[in-house]
Amino acid sequence: MLGTGLLQGLAVTAKNLVGSFHDPERYVTMEYPEVKTKLPENYRNFPFLVHDDPKDPLGSLRCVACTICETECPPQCIYIVMDRDEKGKALKRPKVFDIDISVCMSCQICVEVCPFDAIKMDQHYEIAETNRFQGLLLSREQLSKSNAYYHQLHPTEAAAVDALLAEQKAKQAAAKAAKAAPAAKPPAPAAPAANPPPPPAPSAEAPKPPTPPAP
Amino acid sequence: MTSPAAPSSFPSGLPSSPGAHVRAVHDDFHGDLLEVSMGPHHPSTHGVFRMIVTLDGERIVRLKPVFGYLHRNHEKLGEQTTYLASMPYTDRLDYLNSMTNNWAYAIAVEKLAGQAVPERAEYVRVILAELTRLLNHTCLAGFLLQDTGCSGTPLMYAFREREKILDLFESLSGSRMMCNFQRFGGCRLDPTPEWLAAVRQLVDGYGRFLDEFEALISGNEIVMARTQGTGVLTPALAISAGVTGPMLRATGVDYDLRKVDGYGVYPRFEFRVPLGAHGDTYDRYMIRILEMRESIQILRQALRDLPAGPILDPKAKNRGFRPKPGEAYGRIEGPKGEIGFYLISDGSPNPFRYRVRPPSFVNLTILEDMCLGQTVADAVIILGSIDIVLGEVDR
Ligand code: SF4
Ligand code: SF4
Repeated sequence: MLGTGLLQGLAVTAKNLVGSFHDPERYVTMEYPEVKTKLPENYRNFPFLVHDDPKDPLGSLRCVACTICETECPPQCIYIVMDRDEKGKALKRPKVFDIDISVCMSCQICVEVCPFDAIKMDQHYEIAETNRFQGLLLSREQLSKSNAYYHQLHPTEAAAVDALLAEQKAKQAAAKAAKAAPAAKPPAPAAPAANPPPPPAPSAEAPKPPTPPAP
Repeated sequence: MTSPAAPSSFPSGLPSSPGAHVRAVHDDFHGDLLEVSMGPHHPSTHGVFRMIVTLDGERIVRLKPVFGYLHRNHEKLGEQTTYLASMPYTDRLDYLNSMTNNWAYAIAVEKLAGQAVPERAEYVRVILAELTRLLNHTCLAGFLLQDTGCSGTPLMYAFREREKILDLFESLSGSRMMCNFQRFGGCRLDPTPEWLAAVRQLVDGYGRFLDEFEALISGNEIVMARTQGTGVLTPALAISAGVTGPMLRATGVDYDLRKVDGYGVYPRFEFRVPLGAHGDTYDRYMIRILEMRESIQILRQALRDLPAGPILDPKAKNRGFRPKPGEAYGRIEGPKGEIGFYLISDGSPNPFRYRVRPPSFVNLTILEDMCLGQTVADAVIILGSIDIVLGEVDR
């Protein structure tokens, strides 16, 4: 009969109208500034730099200014200058590290290619700015965030990264100890370096306490 | 409609003065024709697309599409950047279907480099591609009905479901629309069991949504009167114009790359290819609903058979990747039709030539043929049923 299709459709809208009062499947809107969605752990928007020591956010950046991310970034929005001492020797840390996040397209390629786990993706999305030219050009002071912050954003990933870094550190310490052992042990003050298994061995070259493991 | 000054200042046959958007012309055979410029800023054009429509009364006698407003040098950019750096750019072609764009590009590069893909990655790719198909067709159904004048309701119901798929993409890849997920030789991340459970839940509920959506609108007499017999496309014309995807299948031509090429692990799944009979706008709408039902079947099978194993070939090289000189064309059945990438390598880190075969663009070329003799209001729904995304048309 002509009109049954119409009536059937109206029945569906009526069902949805009633359902929107009690069925969470049908009531899906959210009053945004008051209520916020919980972001998934993998959510990414713009990169930040990880530092290990909260007291020295610029000195303890993991970044060694190798410029791999600068080369790989598709829209070329990273700009890095290596820090050098008076003699021109590279200090393995960035003097300038700028990301123009008005150009950045949140692709995460910089994170993927960084061999030192120094750059990670942030989740802060309310970034409206009134300064048109400098407001979205972030310098290393603004980019530097603590490892604890990284743990807060991406707990699983950060725990894996910490484990990996601890392992690398242990390997390096072991290699160093093995090298140092045959040479006449000079004034070795600390524990005898002949036990590779315990990972964060308090070796002489690590004055800072190692970062705490995953909370 | 001829303004008094028009015949002398704009004799027929001469181009319109620059900046004139509507002008009256005189034609000996048709009497007064009216030229109307629809777009580029018109909500029904799905982006920035302009149609210069010449009308005889209400009927269309000529239609000139104008595009390129969103041109951003995609292909040239692809030749200036490394192979990996083009991957996030492909997200921005057809921004509804970034997963399938990624896959087509990955296939082209894998062919170029002779790179194998682990089995688990192939299954995950199928799952993501079919989810993308659900997402795209749901959006299309909503937009198309919005164009016909069913204001709001179907679009909002469709978007409610689309949101669920976008949430899945977000929790997997980190981004709702710009997923940047495929890599040469696999996928970037391994989906967790919780994520797969969420997909299962969505797939189980999707059939119910489709039933409800069809009850809402498919049998609606007004929609049927409006779309049946509008914008008929003949199989011969569709084939000669290179139309692919649901547009082609709505005319009754059985051509689906998932069956024809059998790329990935598609030959292992059992699914049917729905075909239309009339090639009109209603068929194009129905074909998408039917394809979604088949996608649900594929998703069920893929989720059931998903093997364990690595997600990315450990030998695969993504950074500093230099394939040996050669050329390759990789194509897949995207939700809109055949999406392909053609690459020529000269052994350097950048492709020598990078070319996209965008389905929306090729399908759009027959817009005039479908619109001739129809009314302006029909042109809007015919355009809507082609399913274009301007990011892909203009590149
Ligand atoms: S962030 Fe990583 S890749 Fe970029 S310069 Fe620093 S260490 Fe190198
Ligand atoms: S996320 Fe992508 S665009 Fe942004 S800085 Fe990193 S590599 Fe560049």
